[in-house]
Amino acid sequence: MAEAVEFKQIGTSPVRPDGVDKVTGRAQYGADLNLPNMIYGKVLRSPHAHARILGIDTSRAEAMPGVLAVVSGKDFPDAEHGEIGGEGGGDVADLAKNIMARNKVLYHGHAVAAVAATSQRLAEEALAAIHVEYEVLPPVLTLEDAMKADAPLLDENCYTKNLPEKPEKPSNVAAVMQLGRGDVEKGFAQADVIVEGEYRIPMAHQGYIEPHACIANTNEGGQATVWCCTQGHFEFRAMTAKVLKMNVADLKFIASEIGGGFGGKTVIYLEPVAVLLSRKARRPVKMTMSREEVFRATGPSSGTLMRMKVGARKDGTITAAKAWMAYEAGAFAGAPMGPGAMSIFAPYNLENFHVEACDVLVNKPKVAAYRAPGAPQSMHAMECAVDELARELGMDPIDLRLKNAADEGTQAPYGPKFPPIGLKACLQAAKAHPSYTRPLPDGAGRGVAAGFWFNVGMQSSAEVHINENGTVTVVEGNPDIGGSRASMCLMAAETLGVPYENVRALIGDTESTGFSNVTGGSRTTFATGMAVVRACEDIIAQCKARAAATWGVDEDQVLWEDGQAVPAPGVNADVKPLSLADIAANAAKTGGPLLGRASLNAQGAGASFSVNIADLQVDRETGKVDVLAFTAIQDAGRAIHKAYVEGQMQGGAAQGLGWALNEEYIYNANGVMENAGFLDYRIPVASDLPMIDTQIIEVPNPSHPYGVRGVGETPIVAPLAAAANAVRDAIGIRINDLPLSPPRILAALENAEG
Amino acid sequence: MSKVHVTTSINGEQVEFLCAPEQSLLEVLREGLGKTGTKEGCATGDCGACSVLLDGRLVCSCLVLAVETQDHEVTTIEGIATEEGLHPIQRKFLEHAALQCGICTPGLIVATKSLLEKHPDPDETTIRYWLAGNLCRCTGYDKIIRAVQDVAKELAYPA
Amino acid sequence: MGAFAYVAPTSVDEVLTVLSEHANLGKRAQVLAGGTDLLVQMRSIDREARTIIDIKKLAETNRLTISDEAVFIGAAIPSAELNENEALVNLLPGLLEAADLIGSTQIQGRATLGGNLCNASPAGDTIPAMIAVGAVCRIAGSGGIRELPVEEFCTGVGTNTLAPDEFLLGLEIKRPPPGSGSAYLRFTPRTEMDIAVAGCGVAVTLDAGGTCTAARVGIGAVAPRPLLVPAAAEALIGTKLDDAALAAAGEACSAAASPITDKRGTDVYRRKVVGVLCRRAGAIARDRAQAQAMKD
Repeated sequence: MAEAVEFKQIGTSPVRPDGVDKVTGRAQYGADLNLPNMIYGKVLRSPHAHARILGIDTSRAEAMPGVLAVVSGKDFPDAEHGEIGGEGGGDVADLAKNIMARNKVLYHGHAVAAVAATSQRLAEEALAAIHVEYEVLPPVLTLEDAMKADAPLLDENCYTKNLPEKPEKPSNVAAVMQLGRGDVEKGFAQADVIVEGEYRIPMAHQGYIEPHACIANTNEGGQATVWCCTQGHFEFRAMTAKVLKMNVADLKFIASEIGGGFGGKTVIYLEPVAVLLSRKARRPVKMTMSREEVFRATGPSSGTLMRMKVGARKDGTITAAKAWMAYEAGAFAGAPMGPGAMSIFAPYNLENFHVEACDVLVNKPKVAAYRAPGAPQSMHAMECAVDELARELGMDPIDLRLKNAADEGTQAPYGPKFPPIGLKACLQAAKAHPSYTRPLPDGAGRGVAAGFWFNVGMQSSAEVHINENGTVTVVEGNPDIGGSRASMCLMAAETLGVPYENVRALIGDTESTGFSNVTGGSRTTFATGMAVVRACEDIIAQCKARAAATWGVDEDQVLWEDGQAVPAPGVNADVKPLSLADIAANAAKTGGPLLGRASLNAQGAGASFSVNIADLQVDRETGKVDVLAFTAIQDAGRAIHKAYVEGQMQGGAAQGLGWALNEEYIYNANGVMENAGFLDYRIPVASDLPMIDTQIIEVPNPSHPYGVRGVGETPIVAPLAAAANAVRDAIGIRINDLPLSPPRILAALENAEG
Repeated sequence: MSKVHVTTSINGEQVEFLCAPEQSLLEVLREGLGKTGTKEGCATGDCGACSVLLDGRLVCSCLVLAVETQDHEVTTIEGIATEEGLHPIQRKFLEHAALQCGICTPGLIVATKSLLEKHPDPDETTIRYWLAGNLCRCTGYDKIIRAVQDVAKELAYPA
Repeated sequence: MGAFAYVAPTSVDEVLTVLSEHANLGKRAQVLAGGTDLLVQMRSIDREARTIIDIKKLAETNRLTISDEAVFIGAAIPSAELNENEALVNLLPGLLEAADLIGSTQIQGRATLGGNLCNASPAGDTIPAMIAVGAVCRIAGSGGIRELPVEEFCTGVGTNTLAPDEFLLGLEIKRPPPGSGSAYLRFTPRTEMDIAVAGCGVAVTLDAGGTCTAARVGIGAVAPRPLLVPAAAEALIGTKLDDAALAAAGEACSAAASPITDKRGTDVYRRKVVGVLCRRAGAIARDRAQAQAMKD
């Protein structure tokens, strides 16, 4: 694509088309719909972290007046193994058992039964009337305990995958993987300086403010309509169909507005339960989770343990890097160890590296995607190690990264050669940024770190309808989680050459538009945006054809410029240009309504790199950390809606800082999460943060018509190490484990004082 | 379970409803009265998504019993815009892209209204502490704070 | 499961009648002020049905008076309203800054000092501040009104001395003499929306020469109930509240603490930090006392 393109609308920040409804309370989120004749569903959850279910007696609950349906594991079809694709994918049987326990409960909060009743309160009382007999088993709560040879097993049929030979004994290690290049031992032998460290990060939650919610309405013919908050209603339909062994054609999913997801709403929890309850009760069933349920039973990120070794020559050249990483999968296999292993060294051009990663079962909730799943943890370890390396070498940490930075043509650790990427541009921008040289107050420290995410393409569909007055309706299938309707409208407006205000975007349900994968993987603006642009190009081709017919010239004698059909230079026709509105007004006479379509499996999602600079102050008497300043620099390829790109960077920074400083799942010895609420699971509040400076770097992605790279996930990656490196700078002590909570910092300071 | 009859004012309209004594104002607003603009994020007063004004004072509607509103005045997000259109706070939130998913937005707008009534010219620290009870997980707060600063300026110095 | 009931009496006698009736019948009744703790508990750890007695319609629980001798703060006044009273803030800065730390702006729109005290959480922010300024509870019961120093009110985690037929009307605080200052500091990992990991309230009075003639120190979140720390006060009285005296008071607080390790902090951490908070709050109280002396 041409470099010096001048855009009329791309890169501006207009008000989103769905904005007014969202600031007036009209927008309907997951829990905002109520249907006539609706009843309420609730889930009974395990009080044990690990137990065998010996029996479930629901008779008392079923006998209660107003209780219209009760279900438990036996009401679900037998769970069969099989892969489900997409970001929230995994094994169907695991998914099914996570939604409703069968023989065993595997975490505190695991669903064991559900009821539907005429009021929420009655449903709660009915849950209390269900008797479940358990044989309590010892819980497995840490990676070290889970990996012991004699550890209690979560799944007696779990044999470690990807070993050269099938192991003789089952294990809590569900899978291992290795990735490498060159000869690390030779590389370490060439190093003048070697840094080693062990890093621990506990589970953290996505922390979306909207709890999961859905309504299912099953009719007597077995067809069900499900309204829910989701990052991808098509994939929710696919998963629900598999879990319930239903025909996809019998399921219609309608995505409500979604109150945050960050990966956590790429998987189903309530939907199949609501469908079953509704089928039994023959009434619409509404289910909403409480905040406590969200924490106890929906997807946190993996807790991790990482061991690092990195070596470099005196000139800063990294000669070898080695990592061993264990990721908590929670109750079922599927921790994001793969992306964690593939991202850890992505910013570096390494001759020798080796990564080994393990996917480990523990009696905690099954993990779900959380913004760049796997990368914040692994890259935290590497970026801390690189910071230590810079200190050992007496080098500026940005210079050290520049010295080793991956660039166009570098073979990525995960295989392919990088097309144009923006890492060096981000590093250079960071070096030149005033935030990097601004004097620090006493007691403060500065940290830098790099971030990365692959980004994905996957499948998207879009239709573009031209209304009779030339205005435009874009229909696509990706729930708008952060302003994507505005981006779609901008791309459509730019392509068609019409004002942004003339374009509206809506999210079709599973019966009214084509398939799209989830809003996740930072793919929506890239892949669905590409589909929208292609659909607009389809419209332009049709408009040119109609103009040609109107003018009596050949199609190739018509151009599309500034939103109108004009005769090509030299065409000898005395005609007035035809605008989209002109053509739409005449559509009945030229072939009927204008409808453009595109569906694609988008290739070439460009990786997005970032560099963050954090200034933190440490109170040496209490260990409290204050964030003084934070600068996020990231390659967006091309920012379609500038303010929403900045917003992704700022929001990711806040989440990353929360994870670095205070957020963690705290478990007691019985495997009960002790901080299952927003009071003690401490996400950053407004007074915890400063303004977050952003600088958007634009190294266009050649695979996208406007150069887009996904920007949603990369922002959460670098803040963890940037914060840890800033604390290291402030107190002179390296703390490897997160969060950098006040007691941990104070203990480190006191240890250092001896 | 006998229900209680309550008469109250919501967004300037007299409203009557029946509720159980233990029901929160949030439950009645959302389920009973269909005013779903007020959101539930936690039901424990920790997120601020259910913020409303009670006799002009900012409260979490999840921590007010519906029966307590007898003869009082409640303002919800549905009562912020006027006949003239969006309230300047609503307009500035849109112009500054101060919302991404938007679930915290109604609560933040109500909280901002209460802030600007008490502190018409707030500094950044005052804004951040006043809004500390309104969790937002998407924005990192930056654009929210800027929107509030901008609307304060506009209200103080109308063009 | 029984049924909830709600009553909103308009006189102290009516409240006492409802309380006594329930006590006599063995039925449960609970007083509601701001409700910011009560409603959360009703939905989580304590779902049992009961009669809720709203005390917000009584004159006495809404009374806020500042006389030459004393301040009275009714048990139903939300902390936001208290902090809008400039005279009160100037007179009792430590107590009011504690009230300003209870939860969010939203919470402060409802939460009351009386409720914070009756909830008897070891970490209740205003209790150490009340202890520091020598607040006395005014309690109504069938036998009449009784008074009790705040430090004797809480009996353990979530328990207090109120009999089933009693309720708290409000808090009486002797007007601090000229040259007085008070402060409250707590430690939380976040800036707001957190429960104290440790808290300390300090109130001091200085003579014309800047020597401390009276002091009280209260600590919270470091023992099953908030405590008065006489040893910390002794370390301050007779000194000019210099660094050494403040450090000694801090050490006395650490020594008086018997903290636990939980999700919010370790015992070692709490013990250390309560001392730091005492030192820092003491310095603020001293500076305020000096500033106040200059004003008079």
